[in-house]
Formats: sequence, structure tokens, C-alpha cells
Amino acid sequence: MTEYALRRGDGQRLFLTKNQIRDDLQDGMNDACELGSVPALSSDELDKLAEILMTPGRMVGVETGMEVPVTHDIGTIRLDGDQGNSGVGIPSSRLVGMMFHERAMGADTMELGHIDYSFKPVKPVISNEMQAMEVVQQNMIVPILYGAMPNMGLYYTPDGPFENPGDLMKNFKIKEAQEMTEKSAEHLTRDMVWIMQRMMKAGADGVNFDTTGAAGDGDLYATLHAVEALRKQFPKMYIETGMAGEMVLGMHGELEYNGQLLAGIWPHQQAKLLAKAGSNIFGPVVNTNTSKSSPWNLGRAVTFVKAAVKESPIPCHVNMGMGVGGIPMFETPTVDAVSHASKAMVEVAGVDGI
Amino acid sequence: MGMPITHIMTSGMSGIRAAGDLVARMEFSKSMRLKPAKEYVAKKLGVSTFDLSDEYVMREVRENLGIGVITSVAGAPKGHAAKMNIEKLLGIKINCCDKFRKQMK
Repeated sequence: MTEYALRRGDGQRLFLTKNQIRDDLQDGMNDACELGSVPALSSDELDKLAEILMTPGRMVGVETGMEVPVTHDIGTIRLDGDQGNSGVGIPSSRLVGMMFHERAMGADTMELGHIDYSFKPVKPVISNEMQAMEVVQQNMIVPILYGAMPNMGLYYTPDGPFENPGDLMKNFKIKEAQEMTEKSAEHLTRDMVWIMQRMMKAGADGVNFDTTGAAGDGDLYATLHAVEALRKQFPKMYIETGMAGEMVLGMHGELEYNGQLLAGIWPHQQAKLLAKAGSNIFGPVVNTNTSKSSPWNLGRAVTFVKAAVKESPIPCHVNMGMGVGGIPMFETPTVDAVSHASKAMVEVAGVDGI
Repeated sequence: MGMPITHIMTSGMSGIRAAGDLVARMEFSKSMRLKPAKEYVAKKLGVSTFDLSDEYVMREVRENLGIGVITSVAGAPKGHAAKMNIEKLLGIKINCCDKFRKQMK
């Protein structure tokens, strides 16, 4: 029986028959349906996914006319950054990185980011970041966002001023842990708004909040309030908000936005909240299971993202970096796996961008 | 680097090689979904939505409109000049162009 060369969630080569591919797609889809209470894919859509995965050749491409704009988390840090940011260590300025992406790679948009890629460390070097944005905008044509992670973990001890909720919870101090989360979120909102006010003054097209919710519901709560404040002050600002995982972890457990409990919400629910707050583009995330096959991960990710695309009032640019969106959790994801997942998200999930 | 390059080759609109930046601007500035954003840009450019990712079509269109081309054409609008032409073409305001105008004496 014919076997097709595919990947496991960790990137390792895997050989599967047509029936095994179909079964894994179905199992992955069922997992998403059960967890998120989202609709199943049709039989035709599962067939289409199988067809993409079984296409001979190293790369596939979307049908002509179905291309989508691509936005980029981390931006030029992938060029001049170190391995910690999956950077390739080319000593180049951020401006050179931007121009390289625009004019050599054909990037549809680009972003400027601090080497740490979190908002908090930007505060002491804000003038330098503003100056970099001004110079970049003088030379670039594609939309330029300022990108950073809310990364609320930096506000807890030993890195920040607030006692670590994890340590408090270990001692059954639940109320105190919740209070620290609330205080951290308030501080984080204030910092993100302060930074973006200045970046807008320097000519940024807008902001990309990357890996929102990484520190749980407090992280998302802080970001929603930052989006709301920025939208109020800058009605024409471009605001993209990408998530950290498919489900928001309830580290606080009782935080709400617009009457919606944040803990435990899935991509189709996150999209509506971010649109309500004022985001222009939503970046759904579905994490990759490293011990499952690429058909299983793709079936699961496409099911979650298709539901989000359907219910979202704003465009969805699915996150498809290392370990998300059906792509293996591997630092140098294989061209075949990235290409399969990219085409599947456009042609089956119907995303507005990547 | 392989990951973004693969996405651009598999699914991307090729940025200023074609019309990817313009469709992205409409998604961002008006929260337009993909289909209406493409239709809006295509109408403004006088091409079909099919042509928006076609470098052969878009090269001449972009050069004629002064909205920036991928190669370094001496004397052609770049940076703010190209973006000011994009503002007029798409009927939108671009933040850095606003800042630039306010600094003019």
C-alpha cells in the first residue's frame, strides 16, 4: 500500500497510508470539536486536507487568486537575533532587516521590535525605539507595526514588583494571588498604552500584540484594556492581536471582559472579544501536539481556526510559526510541513491572512 | 528564516512585488475581510482581484501610479512619497504621512 512521507508534531519524518491520514485528520478534528464545542469539518473538507497532505512534491501552493496577506511576529529579530529568538545571527540593523523583508522576500507587512520582544523592557529605551521607527518609516512602503509580547510574567517577582501568584497559590493564598494578577494587569495595560502612544507619535502604523494570554487570563485582560484605550485615542491605528494558545488559562479564574469570563475561552470566543475591544486583526493560535502526526495536528488546528474565522467580526491572520497552526514544534520547521499547513489554512479554514 | 519564506511562497501576496501591502492596508485600516479588501483594492487599481498577486500585471500598474516598486528605480517615489500616493489611491490616511505633513513649514 502506498505510504506518504509526512511529519510528526516534533518534525520527525513519518510514513502514513491514505487511510491512516484520513483517520488521523478525523481524530484531530474530533478533539477540537469536543474541547471547543465547535462544528466539525465536512467530509469534502477532510478529503481536501488529505489531498493537500498527499500531494507529491516538497512544496504545495494555494490556488492562483487565493493568496492572502502575511503579517510577521518578531520581524527582523529572526535575522539579527540569536537562537533564543530563532534568529540566524546576521549582523544587520533593523532597518536593513525591514528592507530585506520588503524588497527581497516580498513581505506584505513588517514590524519593528525590541530584541527582548516584550513591552516592559522597551520603556527604558523608548526614545531609541521611536527614532528607529522614524527612520524605518522614511524608507519603507509596506505597513509597519510595532510588535511586542504583553508577557505579564515579567511583572512578578523576581523580575517585577508584584508577588508571584504561582508562589501564593502554592500556599493556598488564592485571594492574594488574584490580587497580584489584577495589579500586574493594571500595570501592564498602563505600560503598553504608554509605549504605543509614543510609537504612534513616531509614525508607527500600529501595533502587534504577540502571544497574548501567555501568562493566563490576566495577560489577556490587560491587553483587552490596552486595545480599548488605544482604539479610543487613535481611531485609525492598526491593531493586531495574536494569541499564545488555543485556550486562555485561568490563572486568576474570575476575570471578565464585557461580561465574558476570560478563563477557558477558545479562538472563536476570543475573536469576538478582541473585535469588541477594538482590534482590527485577530491571530488565532492552536498549539501542536509533538507526539501526534501532522494530519492529526492539522485536522485539529483547521477545525478550531475555521470556527474562529466564521464567527469573527474582524479579519483572522492565523499564527503559523514553530509549534502552532499545524506546524511542527521544531526550531527549523520543514518546508513540506509549513507549506501543507499554509495551504490548508487558506483553502479549508478560509483565513484572511497568515 | 525558512518558515516565513515558505509562507510567502505558498500563500503570500508578494508585498510590493504585487499588491500584498495594499490589501493588508485595507484589512487593517477598515477591518475589511479578505474578499472585500481585495475587491476594494482591485477596483481602485482598475485590475481584477486575480491580478493582485500577479507581478507581471502589478509591476507596470505600481510604476505608473508611483506607489513603489520592488526594484530600485532611480527617481521613482519611495518611502513617504510612495505612501502618500497610496493614501490618495486607497482613500485612507497613513500615520507617518500625517506626521510628515505636520512637520512641513
